[in-house]
Amino acid sequence: MLRAPDLLGRRLLFFTGKGGVGKSTVTAAMALLASERGKRVLVVEVDGKSSIADRFETAELSFTPTEVYPNVFAMAMDTEASLKEYLKLNLRVPIVGGLGPLAKALDFVATAAPGVKEILTIGKICWEVRESLEGRAAWDLVVVDASATGHVVSQLGAPDAIRDVVAVGPVRSQTDWMSALLADPSITALNIVATAEELPVAETIDLVSRVREQLDVSLGAVVVNQVLPALFTRSDEVVFERLCGADAREVLGIAAGGDVGVVLEAARLAVSLRTTRATHLERLRETVDLPMLFLPYLFARSHGLRETRLVADALGAELGL
Amino acid sequence: MTAADEDSIEGSQARSGAESLHKSLEPLLASKEMVVFCGSGGVGKTSIAAASALAAAATMPGKVLVLTIDPAKRLADSLGLQEIGNIETRVPQTAFTAAGLEPRGELWAAMLDTKQSWDALILRHASGPEAASRILENRLYHNVTARFAQSHDYIAMERLFEIHESGRYDLIVIDTPPTRNALDFLDAPARMAEFFGGRLLRWLTLPYRVGGKRGARWLNYASKPFYQVADRLLGNQFLEDIAEFFLSFQEMYEAFVTRARAVERLLHDKRTTFAVVTTLEDGPLHEAELFCAELEKRNLHLGCLVINKVLPSYLLSHSGVQAADKLSVNAESVAERLAATCGSPFDDTARTVRVLTTIGESFRNFTVVARRESELRSHLGRHGEVLIEVPAFEVDIADIDGLARLAEFLLPIERTV
Ligand SMILES: Nc1ncnc2c1ncn2[C@@H]1O[C@H](COP(=O)(O)OP(=O)(O)OP(=O)(O)O)[C@@H](O)[C@H]1O
Ligand SMILES: Nc1ncnc2c1ncn2[C@@H]1O[C@H](COP(=O)(O)OP(=O)(O)O)[C@@H](O)[C@H]1O
Ligand SMILES: [Mg+2]
Ligand SMILES: [Mg+2]
Repeated sequence: MLRAPDLLGRRLLFFTGKGGVGKSTVTAAMALLASERGKRVLVVEVDGKSSIADRFETAELSFTPTEVYPNVFAMAMDTEASLKEYLKLNLRVPIVGGLGPLAKALDFVATAAPGVKEILTIGKICWEVRESLEGRAAWDLVVVDASATGHVVSQLGAPDAIRDVVAVGPVRSQTDWMSALLADPSITALNIVATAEELPVAETIDLVSRVREQLDVSLGAVVVNQVLPALFTRSDEVVFERLCGADAREVLGIAAGGDVGVVLEAARLAVSLRTTRATHLERLRETVDLPMLFLPYLFARSHGLRETRLVADALGAELGL
Repeated sequence: MTAADEDSIEGSQARSGAESLHKSLEPLLASKEMVVFCGSGGVGKTSIAAASALAAAATMPGKVLVLTIDPAKRLADSLGLQEIGNIETRVPQTAFTAAGLEPRGELWAAMLDTKQSWDALILRHASGPEAASRILENRLYHNVTARFAQSHDYIAMERLFEIHESGRYDLIVIDTPPTRNALDFLDAPARMAEFFGGRLLRWLTLPYRVGGKRGARWLNYASKPFYQVADRLLGNQFLEDIAEFFLSFQEMYEAFVTRARAVERLLHDKRTTFAVVTTLEDGPLHEAELFCAELEKRNLHLGCLVINKVLPSYLLSHSGVQAADKLSVNAESVAERLAATCGSPFDDTARTVRVLTTIGESFRNFTVVARRESELRSHLGRHGEVLIEVPAFEVDIADIDGLARLAEFLLPIERTV
C-alpha cells in the first residue's frame, strides 16, 4: 500500500473520472476539507451542470468566483468569458465589431483547431494558479471539477497541442509556463475518481496509461468513491447462512413478529453487490500503481452540504489528517 | 403482487398513475423498424438496447440488428464483436441455447466505429477520389470529426440511416453515445449542416475565395477585426490551413445537407421510436424528463420510458422495516434463543449479535435509498405509452445470459434455465 499522498500540499488539483461516479462530490469535499484546514480555495466547475452549487446548496455559479462556503470560492468555466478576459489582458487591438461576432468566429475556428477551446479552459485555470504563486491572487489551492475521462486528456494536453499548430505569437509563448506548471508534481495533481464498477474501472485504467503516454502532467491519487460497507467476515458469513435455515428463521420470525424473509434477502443483496464490486476493485488495484483513497457509499436522503461534509471527513481520514 | 407490495409505504401512490401503461416492449419491437435508446451516461442504455434486440430475436421472426456504441469489453466479446470496425456480426444460435432461449429470429450486432464511418461519408460525398483524399489527409480533419461535440451523435444516426436504407434488417436497435447532454443527439443533424454550410463559414473563408490564397484580405472590411486578432494570436499560416480545409469541405455541402435532412426525416418517420432510459437518481432523471419533453415538442415518437436499476420494493414494506428493527433491538435475546434452539454456529452469541445488528442496519440503509428513489419516482410525469421497470441486478450484465435475464423484464420470454 502506498502511503497517503500529500494532496493538500499542492496548489492545483484536478478531479476527473467517468460520468456520474462522483467527480463533483469529491471536488466539493476536497475544497471544504482544505478550507477547514485554513486554506483559501477556488473551485472551478468545468462542465457546468451546477453540481458544485448543489453540493454547497448555493445559487448557480458564474465566471466570477463567489463565496459558497467560508473561504471556498467557486466559478463556472465559460470559454467565451475566458476569451474576453484573455483579450483584455493581452491585446490592445481596437475591436470594431465588438467581441460578439469575434468570439463566435473564434468559437467556430476552435472547433476545428486542436486545443484552441481547451486552452481557454486550461489557460484560465493555470493563470489563477500562477497569479497565486506570484502573490497577485489569493488562492492557496485551486480545485477543478474537470471534464470526464474522455475529454480530459485533450484539455490537459492543450498547451502542447497549441505549440504544434501555432508557430509564433503570444499564445504560443504562454503555453510554456502552463506546461511547466502542469508537469510540476509539487504543484499539480491529476486525480481520477472511480467507483468499483466495470466501466469506471476500465476507464480509469485506460486513462492512467493515456496520461502517461501522452501528457506530462503529474498524477495524484485514484479516489474510489461509493464503496459499499463490508457486512460480514468469513465466520460471520457462516452464521448468516445458518440464519437463513428453516429452524433459525422460525426463531427470528417469532422475535420480529413476522416473516424475516425480506430482511435476509436484503442482506444477501447487499453482500452480493459488494462481492461483484470487489472483483472490479481487485482489477483496479492490480493494474494501477497510484495511491488509492476509499470513500464510503452514503445512504443519504439527499445530497447537499451535509453529505459534502461527510465525504470531506472521510477524505480527511484517508489522507491521514 | 407479493406480500411486500401490499403494505408498501409509498409504492401504491407511485404506481397509480402508471396503471394504464403497457409494461412490455413487445408492441414497439413488433411494429417499429428503428428503436433509439437515449439517456444519461451509465444508466444502462447499452445493456438495455442489447437486451431489447435479444428479446426481439428470441420472440419474433426476422432479422434484428443492435448497433452498439460503447459496450463493456466482456459484453462486446460475448456478442462476438471485435475492438474496432463497423462489421455486422451474427450472434450464433448456440449462444441463445446456452442462455436457455429458442430464438425465432436472427440477432446481429455491430459496433460503431466513428472514424471509419466518417471516412466512408467523405468518400461518398466528395466530388472525386482526389478531393476525398485532400480532406482525409488534412490535419484538421481528424480534429473536427473527433472533437466536434455532435460528431459522434451525428455519425451514429448517419449509420442508422445507411443500415436502414440497405433493407437488410427488419428491426434496428440503436444505442447512443454518452453525451454530456442527451439533447445533443437530436440537434446533431441540424448542427452538422450548420457547421459545414453556415454563414459564419462563408464569412471566414471569404478572403480566400475572392482573392485566392493570398488574396486581398485587407479589403474585406467585415472580417478584418477577426483576422487582425486571430493573426496576432495564432499566426496567419494557421488561419490559412483552416480556410483551406473548410473550402474543400464546402464543395460537399449540398450532398451533406441533403443527407442530414434525410437522417432527420428518418428520425421523424413513424417507423422510428425513441426509448428513454433512466435510473432513479436526480441527475439522470432530470435529464430524462427534459429529453421526453423535447421529443414531444419536436413531434418525435416517444415509445417508452425504461427505469433501470430499481431497488426491490420489499425495502419499502412496513413489515420489513419493523422486522429489521426488532432484530437489531432484540439482538441479544434472539442470539441466546438461537444458541439454545439451534446450537452451532450460534454458540458464539457475541458474533450472532453482531450479525443480527448488521443485517438490521443494512436493511435500514437500503430502505433510505429505496425511499428516496420512490419519492423521485412519484414525481415522475407520464411519458409515452410504455413504462418499464428493470431491477438492479447484483451482478454485471456481461454476457448473453445477463442480457436474457434483463430481457425478461422488457417483454414476456420463454426461457428454460
Ligand atoms: N459517496 C457517495 N455516496 C452516495 N452517493 C454518492 C456518493 N458520491 C456521489 N454520490 C451521488 O452520485 C451521483 C453522481 O455524483 P456527482 O454529481 O458528484 O458525479 P459526477 O462524476 O460529477 O457526475 P457528472 O459526470 O454528471 O458530472 C449524485 O447523485 C451524488 O449525490
Ligand atoms: N439493471 C441493472 N442492474 C445492474 N447493473 C446494471 C443494470 N443495467 C446496467 N447495469 C450495469 O451498469 C453499467 C452501465 O451500463 P451501460 O448499459 O453500459 O450504460 P450506458 O450505456 O447508459 O452508459 C454496466 O456495468 C452494466 O452492466
Ligand atoms: Mg459533475
Ligand atoms: Mg453505453
